[in-house]
Amino acid sequence: MEKLNFTYQNSEAVKKFVHVGVVASGDLEILLYPADETTIEIVTGSDGFKEVWKNVLDRFFTRYPLKGKFVIHDFGATPGVVNLRLTQAMEALNDEK
Amino acid sequence: MTERNWHTHRDAKAARLNGASALLDGKFAKTEDVVKVLEALIKPGDKVVLEGDNQKQASFLSEALAKVDADKVHDLHMIMSSISRPEHLDIFDLGIATKMDFSYAGPQSTRVSQMIADKTMQVGDIHTYLELFGRLFIDLIPNVVLVAADKVDREGNLYTGFNTEETPTIVEAAAFHDGIVIVQANEIVDKVPRVDIPAGWVDVVIPADKPYQLEPLFTRDPQAISELQILMGMMAIRGIYEKHNVQTLNHGVGFNTSAIELLLPTYGEQLGLKGKICRNWELNPTPTLIPAIESGWVDSIHSFGGEVGMEKYIAARPDVFFVGKDGTMRSNRALGQVAGQYACDMFVGSTLQIDQWGNSSTVTHGRLSGFGGAPNMGSNPTGRRHSTAAWQSLKPADDPLAKGQKLVVQMVETFGSNKKPVFVDHLDAEEVRKEAKLANVPIMIYSEDTTHIVTEEGIAYLYKTDSMEERKAAIEAIAGVTPVGLRSNPEEVKKLRDKGIIALPEDLGVRRQDAKRSLLAAQTMDDLVEWSHGLYNPPAKFRSWS
Repeated sequence: MEKLNFTYQNSEAVKKFVHVGVVASGDLEILLYPADETTIEIVTGSDGFKEVWKNVLDRFFTRYPLKGKFVIHDFGATPGVVNLRLTQAMEALNDEK
Repeated sequence: MTERNWHTHRDAKAARLNGASALLDGKFAKTEDVVKVLEALIKPGDKVVLEGDNQKQASFLSEALAKVDADKVHDLHMIMSSISRPEHLDIFDLGIATKMDFSYAGPQSTRVSQMIADKTMQVGDIHTYLELFGRLFIDLIPNVVLVAADKVDREGNLYTGFNTEETPTIVEAAAFHDGIVIVQANEIVDKVPRVDIPAGWVDVVIPADKPYQLEPLFTRDPQAISELQILMGMMAIRGIYEKHNVQTLNHGVGFNTSAIELLLPTYGEQLGLKGKICRNWELNPTPTLIPAIESGWVDSIHSFGGEVGMEKYIAARPDVFFVGKDGTMRSNRALGQVAGQYACDMFVGSTLQIDQWGNSSTVTHGRLSGFGGAPNMGSNPTGRRHSTAAWQSLKPADDPLAKGQKLVVQMVETFGSNKKPVFVDHLDAEEVRKEAKLANVPIMIYSEDTTHIVTEEGIAYLYKTDSMEERKAAIEAIAGVTPVGLRSNPEEVKKLRDKGIIALPEDLGVRRQDAKRSLLAAQTMDDLVEWSHGLYNPPAKFRSWS
C-alpha cells in the first residue's frame, strides 16, 4: 500500500462532483470534486509505480487540463485502465453541462 | 550403360512395409505393437511429420515415438505445425530426433528456446503455416507421416470430421510421393460417416489406447472481457469496420476480437451496420460469435479447425458453416489459411510487443513461440486484385497504377496485464534472433503490412502516413505512457488528428462511458448457451459451479 500526491497548474475548472470506476482487482475508482487547485491523492495497492502514475497524469492533463481535486483508490489497474477512468470522468463532466 | 532406376522411393517404401509385415494384418496393426511398428517403418535421418496442430494432437503416436529404441531410430528431421506436448521435445533429449521445422510452439516455447541454446535441437526454419504446408510438397517431402483420425473403416478410409484441420494436406504430401502414412484411430467402425481421406492414401492404421488430445483453444469466456477491451472494440467498429466497409474478415484469437464479436448485435445494431459489415468470415468457430450469427449478421464462416463444444450448434446451422451431408463440419487449415490470406479484406489480431516502427511479435525473452497463421493472415498479399470497397479504400489516390491493400489491424492495450509496456523501442525478438542464431528476426507482423493499430487511446491509421517519421509519430500518439508513447507531444498529436492519421474516441463519436459490460450481447458462458438455443455445450473448464 502506498500513498501518492501530485499537484498540477490547470485551467478548466471542474463544476460538479463525479464518480467513476470501482475498487476491484485490476481497476480503480476516481472521485472528482470542484476545487481551486488541481490535486491528486492516490491510494494504491501496487507499490513502486510513482513514475508511471506521473507519466499517466502528465499525459492526461496535457490533453485535458482539468482543475479539481482527484481522489483515486487503485487496486492494481494498468496504465490503460487508469487512463480509461480519467477520460470517463472527463466525459462525465461534459455530459450535462 | 545401365538404366537409371526411376522408382527407388517406391521400392524403399515396399521394402519397409514388407519388413513390418509380421506386425500387420492388411493395413491394421495392434495397439500394443505401436512402438515396434514405428521402429520397423521409420529409418534414421527420415523426415517425419508428426501431426500436432493447434487443437488436435496425434498423442498416441507421439507417445510411442518417444519410446522407440534410439539405436534403431535416430537423427529424425521432425516437421510439425505445432510443438505442443512434452514428448515432442523429449525425442530430442533422447537422441531420436535432431532437427525441427515448425510453425508454432506456444505451450513449449520456453523449452524450445532452451533446447536451441543447448544445441539439443537444430531448427530448420520457423514457418508460417502456409510456408510449412507448401514445403511439404517442395523440399520437405516427408518419408513418414503420423496422423490422427476419429474413425477408420475396415478398408482404411478415414473420417476426421469436425477436426479435419491439416490431416489431408499432410497425408497427401506422403501418399503421392511414396512416403508412409501411419494413422492412429480413435475408433474402428464398419462404415465411416463420410470419407475425409480415402483408404488408398493410407498405409497403416493403429487403434489408439485413448482418443487423441483435443484442446478448446479458441473459447473465450465473456465474463473476462474488460471495459477497456469493449472501448477498443467500439473504436474498431466505428473507425475501421464501418469506415472501410469491411465485409470479409478474419479475427485472431483473443479477448479484443471476442469483444467485437459480442458488440455486433448491440453496438453494431445501434449504428445500423447489420448487413453492411462482417458478413463473410474465415474463423475458427468461436462461441462468442453465436449472438451475431443468431441475430442474422453472418452469411458464412469457413473454419481452420473445430472447437470443442460447438459441434451440435454448427450441425444445426449448415447455411452458415461448412457442413458435410453427415451433419459434421469439415475444417481445413491449409485452405483456411489461403482464404484468410487471399480472400479476406481484413485481419484483426493482437500481440505482446510492437516496436517504434510498427513491427510486432509475440516472441519475448526466453520464449520462442513461433506464430502459426498470423503472418499469413496478417500480411498484404501483393498479388491480390480485389474490387471490394475495403481493399480499394486503402489505394493511394496519386498513382494511376496503384492497387488496394489488405487491412491488417493490431489491437493492443498499451501495457499488458503484467504491467509491462507493449510498445518498445526494440522487440525482444531482435535479441532472440542472436541467441538462437536464426536467419530472420522472429517478427510476427511487419510494419509495412500493418495498416492500423488500435489502443485504448485511439486508432493510428498507419497506411495514411507518408514517411517513417510520420509513422513513428502516429504510433507514439496512441502508445500511452510506454517509453515510445512518452516521446509524443501535444502539437504533433493535434497535427496527426487534423490529418486523420490518428483518431481519439471523441473523434470517432465513441463515448468512453458507454464502454460497459452491459453492452456485450452475452456476458457469461450461460448467455452463450442460451443464445445457441442450448446447442452449444461448453467444455468442463468453462462451466460455472452454479
